[in-house]
Amino acid sequence: MRTTFIETLCEAAARDERIWLLCGDLGYSVLDRFAERFPKRFVNVGVAEQNLTGVAAGIALSGNIVFTYSIANFPTLRCLEQIRNDVCYHRANVKIVSVGGGYVYGSQGYTHHGLEDLGILRTLPGLTILAPGDPVESRLAVSRILTLEGPCYLRLGKAGEPVVHRSPPAFEIGRAIVLREGRDVTLISTGGMLAHTVDVAQALAGRGISARVVSMHTLKPLDEAAVLSAAAETGAIVTVEEHSIHNGLGSAVAEVLATSPGPKAPLAIWGAPDAYQCTAGTQDYFRAACGNLADLVVRLLSGTVTSDPGKKFPS
Amino acid sequence: MTVEHQAELAALAKAIRLDTLTMVHRAKASHVGSCFSTAEILAVLYGDVLRVDPKNPRWADRDRFILSKGHAAAIVYAVLAERGFFPRRDLTEYCVDGSSLTGHLSHHVPGVEISTGSLGHGLPIGCGMALAAKRAGRPYRVFVLLSDGELDEGSNWEAILFAPQHRLDNLVAIVDYNKIQAFGMVQEVLDLAPLADKFRAFRWGVREVDGHDVSALSELVHQAPFEAGRPSVLIAHTVKGKGVSFMENQLAWHAKSPNAEQLAQAIRELEEKP
Ligand SMILES: [Mg+2]
Repeated sequence: MRTTFIETLCEAAARDERIWLLCGDLGYSVLDRFAERFPKRFVNVGVAEQNLTGVAAGIALSGNIVFTYSIANFPTLRCLEQIRNDVCYHRANVKIVSVGGGYVYGSQGYTHHGLEDLGILRTLPGLTILAPGDPVESRLAVSRILTLEGPCYLRLGKAGEPVVHRSPPAFEIGRAIVLREGRDVTLISTGGMLAHTVDVAQALAGRGISARVVSMHTLKPLDEAAVLSAAAETGAIVTVEEHSIHNGLGSAVAEVLATSPGPKAPLAIWGAPDAYQCTAGTQDYFRAACGNLADLVVRLLSGTVTSDPGKKFPS
Repeated sequence: MTVEHQAELAALAKAIRLDTLTMVHRAKASHVGSCFSTAEILAVLYGDVLRVDPKNPRWADRDRFILSKGHAAAIVYAVLAERGFFPRRDLTEYCVDGSSLTGHLSHHVPGVEISTGSLGHGLPIGCGMALAAKRAGRPYRVFVLLSDGELDEGSNWEAILFAPQHRLDNLVAIVDYNKIQAFGMVQEVLDLAPLADKFRAFRWGVREVDGHDVSALSELVHQAPFEAGRPSVLIAHTVKGKGVSFMENQLAWHAKSPNAEQLAQAIRELEEKP
């Protein structure tokens, strides 16, 4: 996704002189191609994310479109108040990009796990939040946010994710994409879990369960109609995110279901437990520790899902 | 500077102190002391330095002014009203329910670039504006007014490293060095001394000035950049609560609001001055 991101950004920057890219001393071998082609619109601000975000706001409020780039929690949580006050409150045209959402940097340790960004940033008014599901969606997302006035957060995975969309889908911010139709349950995925979610839907078909798959590439504004039609038409929903089970996609979907007068549907949230992951581990290792998605779907449909707040990682 | 112009700037400083007094009294608001230490600085900026157009506040090549110490909002609203960005009668709306004139500075008020209030935000934004201007070859300058207390914030030092790296000689920071912060003397909380040396070590051009001397302030601000290719900082030695005897150098007037009797005495003292 990050390769797609920088390629798309370079193409756009060649056409639009307002586009800047600022990084917090990360992006070696990724951002070089932008820095070399557009040196007057590239700044390595240094290991200083508060200043990174404030400077970005200042450049944006001077008539530019500014991308900030770093990894994991550095461009988001480290400078949260600059995002809130300097960027969002002023509706500055700043696009915050974080690479390594979820467990991409799993083995680097807990400091590098990006598990709360969506939940925290979702609370800020006027911030558009995108977590594309594959490189195809990433390319479309970058193109779309360039035409969007105002602040945006783009959560990316890593390099080398599988392509899920065989042809480019119709892509609009705030409009979920249905990848697969189904009758019994809807799996709503955000971010890099999309490929796995499609695989699980395929496997469930073999067990006689017809699962719809929806890519919720935009977390905010959420496509509420897609959620409500999933509830009405398939009768059950499982959300899938590489993020805390609190305040992210699952919570956003729950808010829609609980506050809408329409049909209710049972909901299960697949995501990171409310716990510290203290060990090393690959992305796959930590994903597995979140539980088996297919089993969660089966248990939801059989009515045996129980709330398990004590769910912990193996120690 | 001519004697007449000096008198005009002093009169502007006096007028905005008087406006501020009435505003904070009516609103029972804090920070009158923090406002008063900036009066001459603001009078010089808005009366003598800034290239701004009250009729066209969003003019692309205007100079940018950022009040990073956003708690001194009242006196900035006052100077903007005095300069005609909006009617002076609107100052009565300060801190009133539903008003744009919030207790900390709001960009929803004509003439205000940036909303501030949480400290340590102004200088990074100012760096971004200055960098954008330089790289686009635009002529405007960026002025950021900081408090001494807010230099405790690490984000300022990130920006203080950044500005000389990018040769932001179109950036002027002014430190309102009144030696008092919200809950103590600067020296006793986190001593900034030697402040000029710190900025010099970070490769800024540095000057120090009596922050209540309008002609000295004006002369120095016009000299910026103090060193070619470097950002400038003017360390303005000021007195918190300047102009009212019982407020001067008193920590209490960071938070207190004048009652009717104190208001009357303060007005009397200010009006007696030339
Ligand atoms: Mg002070």
